[in-house]
Amino acid sequence: MDFLTLLQVLDSSVRLAIPLLLACLAGLYSERAGIFDIGLEGKMLAAAFAAGAFAAVSGSVWVGLLAGIGASMILSAIHGIASITFRGNQLISGVAINMLAAGMTVLIAQDWFGQGGRTPSLLTEGRMSPITLPFAEMFQSIPLFGPTYKELISGHSLIVYVAFAFVPLTWWVLYRTRFGLRLRAVGENPASVDTAGVSVIRLRYTAVMICGVLCGVAGAYLATGLQAGFIKDMTAGRGFIALAALIFAKWRPWYALWACLLFGLLQALAVRFQSIEIGGVVIPVQLMEALPFILTVVILAGFVGRAIPPRAGGEPYVKER
Amino acid sequence: MTLMQKFLGAAATVALTAGVAAADPAVIFDLGGKFDKSFNEAGYNGAERWAEETGGKYLDIELQSEAQREQALRRFAEAGANPIVTMGFAMTPTIEQVAPEYPETKFVNIDGWANLPNVQTISFAEHEGSYLAGVMAAKASKSGTVGFIGGMDIPLIRKFACGYAQGVKSVNPDATIIANMTGTTPAAWNDPVKGSELTKAQISQGADVVYAAAGGTGVGVLQTAADEGILSIGVDSNQNHLHPGKVLTSMLKRVDVAVYNALKDGADLETGFQNLDLASNGVGVAIDENNESLITAEMTEAVDMATKGIVSGEITVENYAAAESCSVLEF
Repeated sequence: MDFLTLLQVLDSSVRLAIPLLLACLAGLYSERAGIFDIGLEGKMLAAAFAAGAFAAVSGSVWVGLLAGIGASMILSAIHGIASITFRGNQLISGVAINMLAAGMTVLIAQDWFGQGGRTPSLLTEGRMSPITLPFAEMFQSIPLFGPTYKELISGHSLIVYVAFAFVPLTWWVLYRTRFGLRLRAVGENPASVDTAGVSVIRLRYTAVMICGVLCGVAGAYLATGLQAGFIKDMTAGRGFIALAALIFAKWRPWYALWACLLFGLLQALAVRFQSIEIGGVVIPVQLMEALPFILTVVILAGFVGRAIPPRAGGEPYVKER
Repeated sequence: MTLMQKFLGAAATVALTAGVAAADPAVIFDLGGKFDKSFNEAGYNGAERWAEETGGKYLDIELQSEAQREQALRRFAEAGANPIVTMGFAMTPTIEQVAPEYPETKFVNIDGWANLPNVQTISFAEHEGSYLAGVMAAKASKSGTVGFIGGMDIPLIRKFACGYAQGVKSVNPDATIIANMTGTTPAAWNDPVKGSELTKAQISQGADVVYAAAGGTGVGVLQTAADEGILSIGVDSNQNHLHPGKVLTSMLKRVDVAVYNALKDGADLETGFQNLDLASNGVGVAIDENNESLITAEMTEAVDMATKGIVSGEITVENYAAAESCSVLEF
């Protein structure tokens, strides 16, 4: 593998990792507050549809992004009402959101555009254009650093840089602010937060809505950054891989970044090399695609450091009986 | 007495209209819906053409879930529709179950494999159409490297890939063919993001023409090819209009012709297996105002030669689905 191929594979990993990273951080906020969310997939899908549809109608990618965030937040609110206010089962609510999104997006798209559940192809203004960072051309001649800067670091859309910025931001919010401390506490022991006079309900709703915003950005990136429109079921299981990454990362922001980049890299390798031969043994592409899940199971089984979920996760908070 | 007469008259009218309705054919569209820009829409166009030309009427339904398959088929058979045209291989098990109960009704199964006395099963020679697409790709390629991106890794899609590879090699024996499958689950039909990444990976390996046989994933392939300035080849329906001047051609599967013929033959259609190949215009490559600027005289000549060769039997295109192996391409 020469240097240029390596750069191309890494570049591809970044593109594939970003939707995972955003969805993973979304899940992190929600689950750290004690609300399990397996509806990441559905929220991303709804956001991808809304972003594709509104960007096509308005011709502006920013209107699309806002619509995507809005659609995802509506589903988040439904999840919040079902699991916080009405103390319903969080897993069932999540499954319902996935099914709702899969059905409604295609139904509305067909009714609206009549193109078989697709949104019209976006023109240039409706899509996120790649950003060329300054000096990309100037550094070109510097060996190693020049091509790396031009191919790998520069030339992504704005969302990519925003997503990377969200990792330290999330770390800072969670571990260095009062809000973060309370958010983590509400996922471990909501009764103590309540005793301290802080509203458990409001904290959990805030966390679920932040989750909606991040899923919305992820979905909009799929439809307007990586693609030029919405196609039915276009998330193709990314929400579930993000959940696997969240467990792999043990619900921590920096680990989440590395987990998503690793999963992105595995996907990029599977895309670039159909079968890899190492020392006479051919590794089939299917194994590469299954690796994220295998690794997650290994982590869950406790072979490589135990992953312990937030203690109050999945349980609705009952103040008094 | 007059009342009785009225009743009898009304009953007779109902019986008569029922008799008229019995002659109407029916079409069952599959889950993709009749406006899927591809397989089902082609069937819909064929049915509409028949209705327009003959002034006839047909019943139709778009299936919304797996559970409706048997229900829809039974309802049409009970209503006396004849023939009943069904789109797609997924209907085969249902037909095998329902058709024996209605021996007087004729069923048509497109892309299926049902083998019953009152069923007409239609298949297409996709490998021959893909061969022509391969010939055009090899003529259009400057780098000598062309790509193929399949959807789900099933024998039908390998049949496309193998035919394509043979077409490419017939023009340029030294050409490199990069073949990728999107995945091994049905999600592979609707993953345009992965389609884009596969296209980018193939471009970085030198491919300058990519052929997508991948359903919704193909939308991502065609989009990325157009963005990166290389040529792409569409599939099933004519997809040349998606990116005018950037889609080299589309491998057509004339589902519309199959549906049109079935409706035209009506209740008299011949049952048994039918293979629509290049000779019967069942498959082919699309040339229209969107891609004519890309087609050179040399290319047209090569396609014509290959078509003649296949029709006359001078060129035999290896069929992956029959042989389960491909001599020119490894998967």
